[in-house]
Amino acid sequence: MEAVTGEAGRTVDAGRPFPPGRYPVVVVGSGAGGLQVSYSLGRLGIEHALITVDDAPGGMFRRFPVFERLITWTKPHAPFERGTREYEWYDWNSLLGEDPMHRAVVPGLMDGTSYFPSRAEMERGLGAFVERTGLRIRYGCRWEATRHEDDGFVLTTSDGEYRSSHVVFSVGMTEAWTPSIPGIEHVPHYVDMKPPQAFEGKRVFVVGKRNSGFEVADGLLPWARQVILASPRPVRLSILVHSTAAARARYLQPYEDHVLGGGTFVLDASIERIHRTADGFRVEARGTTRPGDLVFDVDEVVSATGFKTPLGDLSDLGVATFYQGGRLPAQTPYWESPSVPGIFFAGSVTQGSIGLKKYGIPSNSAAVHGFRYNARVLAEHVARTRFGVERDRPMLESSRVVDHLLAESTTAPELWNQQSYLARVVEFRTDRGIVDAGIQPLAHFVDASEPDAVALAVETDGDGDIHPAVYVRRAGRVAEHLLAGDPLHDFRGSDQRAQLAGAIGDLLE
Amino acid sequence: MTTDQETADTLAGFSVFSDLSAPQLEEAAHTLEEEWFAEGQRVLRQSFTGGGLYFIVDGEATIEIDGEERARLGRGEYFGEVSVLLGEPPVADVVATRALRCLVLAEPDVEPFLLAHPSVMYRMLQAQARRLRSANLWRR
Repeated sequence: MEAVTGEAGRTVDAGRPFPPGRYPVVVVGSGAGGLQVSYSLGRLGIEHALITVDDAPGGMFRRFPVFERLITWTKPHAPFERGTREYEWYDWNSLLGEDPMHRAVVPGLMDGTSYFPSRAEMERGLGAFVERTGLRIRYGCRWEATRHEDDGFVLTTSDGEYRSSHVVFSVGMTEAWTPSIPGIEHVPHYVDMKPPQAFEGKRVFVVGKRNSGFEVADGLLPWARQVILASPRPVRLSILVHSTAAARARYLQPYEDHVLGGGTFVLDASIERIHRTADGFRVEARGTTRPGDLVFDVDEVVSATGFKTPLGDLSDLGVATFYQGGRLPAQTPYWESPSVPGIFFAGSVTQGSIGLKKYGIPSNSAAVHGFRYNARVLAEHVARTRFGVERDRPMLESSRVVDHLLAESTTAPELWNQQSYLARVVEFRTDRGIVDAGIQPLAHFVDASEPDAVALAVETDGDGDIHPAVYVRRAGRVAEHLLAGDPLHDFRGSDQRAQLAGAIGDLLE
Repeated sequence: MTTDQETADTLAGFSVFSDLSAPQLEEAAHTLEEEWFAEGQRVLRQSFTGGGLYFIVDGEATIEIDGEERARLGRGEYFGEVSVLLGEPPVADVVATRALRCLVLAEPDVEPFLLAHPSVMYRMLQAQARRLRSANLWRR
């Protein structure tokens, strides 16, 4: 592409935005996370460059899920009208917009055969969001290396150098991750597996019993002669552990088949070794919950062992990582690297900012319905703390605070999609009065020392009860108050009113 | 940074897991979730529900009650067991004094894990007995 010299000495490619140069913020990645950050930064007036190696928007949804159907719902018909804020709880796949035309894009593109969009529908939805919002993206720009200089970071790309003090990496978590099992190098990973027709009449061994493992097994049931799933830990089911990170209900047909003795096996075993044989593979395993040696002669093996983040050279820059050899970057509650300030993360990578994780229930940050809110909160945080741009925060009458918070606990999509993770915050400021301080990470709120404030989250406990949780900060100390649940999840009743008023009454006086 | 096999090897070196077989260690390595905390970050919070049982893999943490340091814990030690066993919120904060990496068993998973691995439960009982003995000696 022809290059010319533009303003401020930047090199401009005809027709491509964001040529190499210095920007207040650089965002890397054009998946759902990168698009949401860019949109939200733009609405706050923060100049930034959005670059991506891809040639179209969509990120992981341009390739995955392999079996072409998402596990995140979008309900075309819901208790709230499309395009309202409340409807977002029922539409887990659209990005967040401030104008009506920017909202609830995905349901309008679905064909009605399922309330789980197809991969293609999701990809089209993200493309339509870009088109309707006018987001500008520099495609075909590969991030290759990173270094730290006195005035910030320098990103070497295939198009040249980008300089900024604030870089947001939204690079997904779709790189194959495989455990250290001898012989697994001969086995295709989920990301590289053949189409289901290639498994017709075959005996297939799937390593892994999380969602990708069950997705593979479910997709192969009509084709394979037999499917065997195995991993060391017993299956965790979303309906029992109250988490979308566990095996989702819609993939459980192989598990029912196993329970009924239908020929599919779901086993707890550590995989010791995988051998190539003349006819396929031999898998040697050892039972964990039921001890004993197991040997399987199979035609095919698929490794559904999870994914990692393509962090490039960020570890060399000092970015701390964790989780099975560094699959995720460590992050603060505002998704910043604690070891390299100025490096931020968006998209599914934000699951590395763990939050309170009460009762072991993780956030939904691994999926669009969780991380789209993280991205918006991140944009507001960067705008406020780095550029002095503050979103308007309305004042509240003291008589309205209880009703306001209980209404939020009943219908706020941020609180329902990111339980125990994002909270609605009301501050009691000595200089201004009572201020609606918006949505904040709960982990930040409970560890911050001022001002006096209340944070309200929606939480699920170990027994599965869903209820509002209130965190009250007075003079630097935070106390937790759990409010009553409700069988229909309407928390605006007299019990909750009395409990909340009791918890914060002194602050309202 | 560790891989899953290294996590299993790490657990094998901790006294409470020392009686588990290799497959059981691998199961445990897949059951306990890894979490990372920055220096100064609170891991457990006094009076907050929904905690867990934490095993320190790297780093150091302090146990604090109302801001006063009561104990310091390092690699191989664990915390959170009293509150999860009693089903009550922690009576202390636990704060990372430097970068801290833990393996965590969430509160709902503790009872089934211990019942499925009685040798771990027995080793934890021994540790509690030693702590009780030390406390009794200290009071004499």
